[in-house]
Amino acid sequence: MNLAVELAGLRLKNPVLTASGTFGYGVEFAPYGDLTELGGIVVKGLSWEPRAGNPMPRIAETPCGMLNAIGLQNIGARRFVEEKLPLLPWAEVPVIANLYACDVEDFARLAEYLAGQEGVAALEVNISCPNVQAGGVLFGQDPAQAARVTRAVKDRAGTKPVIVKLSPNVTDITAVAKAAGDGGADILALINTLSGMAVDVRTRKPRLANVIGGLSGPAIKPVGLRCVHQVSRAVNLPIIGLGGIASAEDLLEYILVGAWAVQIGTANFLRPDTAFRIAADLPQLLDELGVTSWEEFRGALA
Amino acid sequence: MPEDTLMAAPAASSPVCREFTVSELRRTGSESGLASPGGAGPDHSHWLLDLELPEGFPGEDGWTPGQFVMLRPVSWAFEPLWARPFSICMLERGVLRIFFQVVGRGTRAMSALRRGDRVVVWGPLGRGFVVEPETPTLLLAGGIGLAPFIGYARRHPRPDQARLFFGHRPEIAEYPLDLLPKAVVVEASRQTCAEEMACFVGDLERWIAEYAARQGLILACGPHPFLQAVQSLAVKHRARTQLSLENRMACGVGACLGCVTKTTDQALPVKVCTQGPVFWAQDVNLGGAA
Repeated sequence: MNLAVELAGLRLKNPVLTASGTFGYGVEFAPYGDLTELGGIVVKGLSWEPRAGNPMPRIAETPCGMLNAIGLQNIGARRFVEEKLPLLPWAEVPVIANLYACDVEDFARLAEYLAGQEGVAALEVNISCPNVQAGGVLFGQDPAQAARVTRAVKDRAGTKPVIVKLSPNVTDITAVAKAAGDGGADILALINTLSGMAVDVRTRKPRLANVIGGLSGPAIKPVGLRCVHQVSRAVNLPIIGLGGIASAEDLLEYILVGAWAVQIGTANFLRPDTAFRIAADLPQLLDELGVTSWEEFRGALA
Repeated sequence: MPEDTLMAAPAASSPVCREFTVSELRRTGSESGLASPGGAGPDHSHWLLDLELPEGFPGEDGWTPGQFVMLRPVSWAFEPLWARPFSICMLERGVLRIFFQVVGRGTRAMSALRRGDRVVVWGPLGRGFVVEPETPTLLLAGGIGLAPFIGYARRHPRPDQARLFFGHRPEIAEYPLDLLPKAVVVEASRQTCAEEMACFVGDLERWIAEYAARQGLILACGPHPFLQAVQSLAVKHRARTQLSLENRMACGVGACLGCVTKTTDQALPVKVCTQGPVFWAQDVNLGGAA
């Protein structure tokens, strides 16, 4: 079967993308597979200025999951464009820039700059990072704010598709999804990490210096599936599903509840060739299941 | 800080990810596993793990001593979640050898591996120690920090130029010092109490001062407080010193940003996995007295 999928003009050769914050700037994973075999690469969240991130320790292992409070350490949008983007095969695989800013105007400025780069295929707006003081998930928890940020980015993104990445740390994710749609989002990505915490009884300290972090990994897959399921029935926009995907079968679970494509996140850490292996495993699994088209399978829960 | 200025020794080849087969796992030291007076008991046992080198993994000439690998038994599935980083102890004649100590869930599970078990390994990772064949080289190892120096000494073109000063708490028999070339002079010092620790730090300073005076090279690997002490003394005596850092890591490839350490120039934190694990002592801020 033809694995290709098109979301709001974003053409992917297969539905396997990488999740921001888990795939570096892409080049880190080049030794472990052919980047052009992926559907797309979403790079580490970018801010205007370089960010040092949060104090250490900022990762902790939890049952079937991990907590992180990296705090968006990144080299800044300009250095990314000058130093990293030219190293990526962006002519052959869509490279998606993930944006983070503290206010709406900064989001807009960043969107204009990154959308103006030939090697950037789409923008993903991060309104759901739980690990930063300003902005972050605060934008993603208030539907009105989510719509404002989305509109500001969309207005400056030119012809490049705008993906809005949603947080599961809300009472009703469909309300924020609708608001992002009202703001002009072309595509929705969900979910970002779940807010969580880990404690050491011997030291009596939290395991993260930031105390609270974002939970990811296989432990959160049920939450991701639930959110995609709900949003796909409430909003008429293509959805990229993520949260705990570590195999081709996990990917198909997300397609079955309504996703058009997926992002591989924490599983990239479990072994660095995970995303490549999922893309390679997919055709055989689809054959086994007798799936002949995405349209027939997508959202087709029995 | 530009990444290149931190470079210790360049990687010898690109890393790859492969499945290895366990060929042998043996416990070092006494089989009884009785607790030692130093406090490191059976739960802190030491092991040598041999893995058969699969096709496509860099061989003897494809790594630099001080580099490491990420290791994750296939049987772990999602629990524990992360792979664990280990210095390459030896990579010779088709065998990758890891020397490890049981310190937590992951290493405890590793100590139950059996011949034939499959283990996912990616590497060689990071930047290793510099090798200066004609320079008197002092290897300072604390406990399990011995692991990379076995490979370093075995690969050194002039092992007679290297000298190992080794601090440890468990019994000396726990450590495979017999794997070191005979030409390397070894002096070991055991610390089981605060007084012995103070004495050890005094010895460390004497050695560091001597090698600084000889324009020698000092390389150190061990627990964080040990590295802090070495760094502080190296700065004091202006000794050319490299430190191999350990930090919690999820990926080992520079993506998760969980292993970073601060630098002395206040730039962005640097990644221990790809910009280290070996750094020049004056470049990193370990939060010690230096």
